[in-house]
Amino acid sequence: MAKFTGTASYVATEDLKVAVNAAITLERPLLIKGEPGTGKTILAQEVASALGKRLIPWHVKSTTRAQQGLYEYDAVSRLRDSQLGDARVHDIKNYIVKGKLWEAFEADVAPVLLIDEIDKADIEFPNDLLLELDRMEFFVYETRETIKATNRPIIIITSNNEKELPDAFLRRCFFHYIQFPNRETMEQIVEVHYPGIKLLLLREALNSFFDLREIPGLKKRPSTSELLDWLKLLLAEDIGPELLRERNAAKLIPPLHGALLKNEQDVHLFERLAFLHRRGQN
Amino acid sequence: MFIGFFLALRAAGVKASLREYLTLQEAMQAGLGDYDIDTFYFLARATLVKDERFIDKFDRVFAESFKGVLRQKPAGPDGVEVQELPEEWLRLMAEKILTEEEKAEIEAMGGFEKLMETLRQRLEEQKSRHQGGNKWIGTAGTSPFGANGFNPEGVRIGQNKTRNKSAVKVWDKREFRNLAGDVEIGTRNMKVALRRLRRFAREGAADLLDLPGTIGSTARNAGYLDLKMMPERHNAVKILLLLDIGGSMDEHVSLCEQLFTAAKGEFKHLVHLYFHNCPYETLYQDARMRIGDRLATADVLNKYDHTWKLIFIGDASMSPYELIQPGGSVSHWNEESGQVWLSRMLQHYQKAVWINPVPPAHWQHSQSTKIIRALFEDRMFGLTLEGLDAAMRKLMRS
Repeated sequence: MAKFTGTASYVATEDLKVAVNAAITLERPLLIKGEPGTGKTILAQEVASALGKRLIPWHVKSTTRAQQGLYEYDAVSRLRDSQLGDARVHDIKNYIVKGKLWEAFEADVAPVLLIDEIDKADIEFPNDLLLELDRMEFFVYETRETIKATNRPIIIITSNNEKELPDAFLRRCFFHYIQFPNRETMEQIVEVHYPGIKLLLLREALNSFFDLREIPGLKKRPSTSELLDWLKLLLAEDIGPELLRERNAAKLIPPLHGALLKNEQDVHLFERLAFLHRRGQN
Repeated sequence: MFIGFFLALRAAGVKASLREYLTLQEAMQAGLGDYDIDTFYFLARATLVKDERFIDKFDRVFAESFKGVLRQKPAGPDGVEVQELPEEWLRLMAEKILTEEEKAEIEAMGGFEKLMETLRQRLEEQKSRHQGGNKWIGTAGTSPFGANGFNPEGVRIGQNKTRNKSAVKVWDKREFRNLAGDVEIGTRNMKVALRRLRRFAREGAADLLDLPGTIGSTARNAGYLDLKMMPERHNAVKILLLLDIGGSMDEHVSLCEQLFTAAKGEFKHLVHLYFHNCPYETLYQDARMRIGDRLATADVLNKYDHTWKLIFIGDASMSPYELIQPGGSVSHWNEESGQVWLSRMLQHYQKAVWINPVPPAHWQHSQSTKIIRALFEDRMFGLTLEGLDAAMRKLMRS
């Protein structure tokens, strides 16, 4: 059985690797939680590419129902076809539209199935998928057939904690909470994305970044993905480390901070703090 | 295997089930544990804990259960157990920059490298913060190492970066401490807590025409119209928020302010009013509580009918007179006691809770808190994730 050890473009911590490998070996779903922007969704893509498997993403919205993941019966098409006298109308199979789970179950090589942001859906959504995820089979009422996974897919589920997930569902999963990376991990992550970034610039940028995260009262603290975007901008604009270091002077606000702070109130708060700080120094 | 650990986890309140325990056994059998304590820790955590709020509890139980199993670092000379030093000690030591003179003095002890080496060695030997003495590092001693010493050879150094990184400490770091559910809400936890409010806000029920369902079932019905209804999913919940401002409440104001500014975005119907210590015949629309902002409580009761849910946020600590005595208010003359007004409001709004920022352990020491809690029939909750969760559940159920 292939083991997941991170990829060239994804730095996986030790605990994450253990959780992913446990889920792969025991063929159980893996539930991933963590702050937004810490790479939950990316993980599935990286697992898929590391193991050379196909990724089937299922992005869940507030209107998504569990049934849609299995199959849908397209009654309207059938009604229309019957009005037009189409011969296809006699076979109900023609109107069964396969969902993502079905697709994953019948694949020849076990794919990676990503159920993204499961907490966005209705509160009953996870409960409706209990048996399907546990036994990896379901019953199609219209055609009276049972769809069973030929190869159990690797299932990765992400959640942003907007809703509690039912206990029965949780018991069937492995769980991993992605901690916000510490400084060393962060440096590795940046190195992976922007190899050869000027060391000085990186150090100053990380200083600014971790300082910014420490400001109390921020509505949305910047996370890994914001940092990577910001670094990309800094590189594109060719901003030197000395400009970042000027934090004590009038330029307390780091350049291009729009990439880090996504909330108007946060920017205001930050500017106010910068102003107070500046006044305190004069 | 590990039955004791599993039972200890359950006793500590980590809700791991038999099924998860068996999964762990299965994983061990599959060789995922790797005969390595770190891997086993990660594996057990991924298997038995399903909520980041419990990871901290898990860490503590794990440390307790496997204490003896862990590889002990060899004890230093004098039989003192080697241990990691607090980071701030080492950081303080890095501050001093040596002058040329000092460097010359260090030579007396065998050179800079030697000094660093000895210091590192002693740091490892030292068990606890040390005062005085002439060998151990501490404050105010005469050892060459440490702060405020009198030995001219004294030097402060920074921590060696490749300091023995003990993997055993992963669970002892307790990185998940601020995710635990029973700690008081800080800014970090605020978002999660409010998502709980939103969840409950979405559960309002009303009947609505289910258009896709109707089309589907009509088609199934061979073209005869078959109407389908479904519950509405919008924010149907109406919240009346009463905040205690001023006096004994001041230290909690900022906390409540955060809670409720965030809550404002989550609800369509959210009205917030203010009172001081205890609500009487007037409430205020503004936290500054000026005369122009007054609202008669009776009008409030008429305006917002019983379908509104009432949430009090206050510390409930005041003189009992303010609660039970007409005229007991600290700010004005009240014809009827606070108790009367409170029970009047509770009669009107059946769905009401009191959220108290004071830790629940302190409630029993305050007479007024006990009275209010009795009035609310125990529907008083702490301002913690668990408390808020329980409060919201109560609001939905009662």
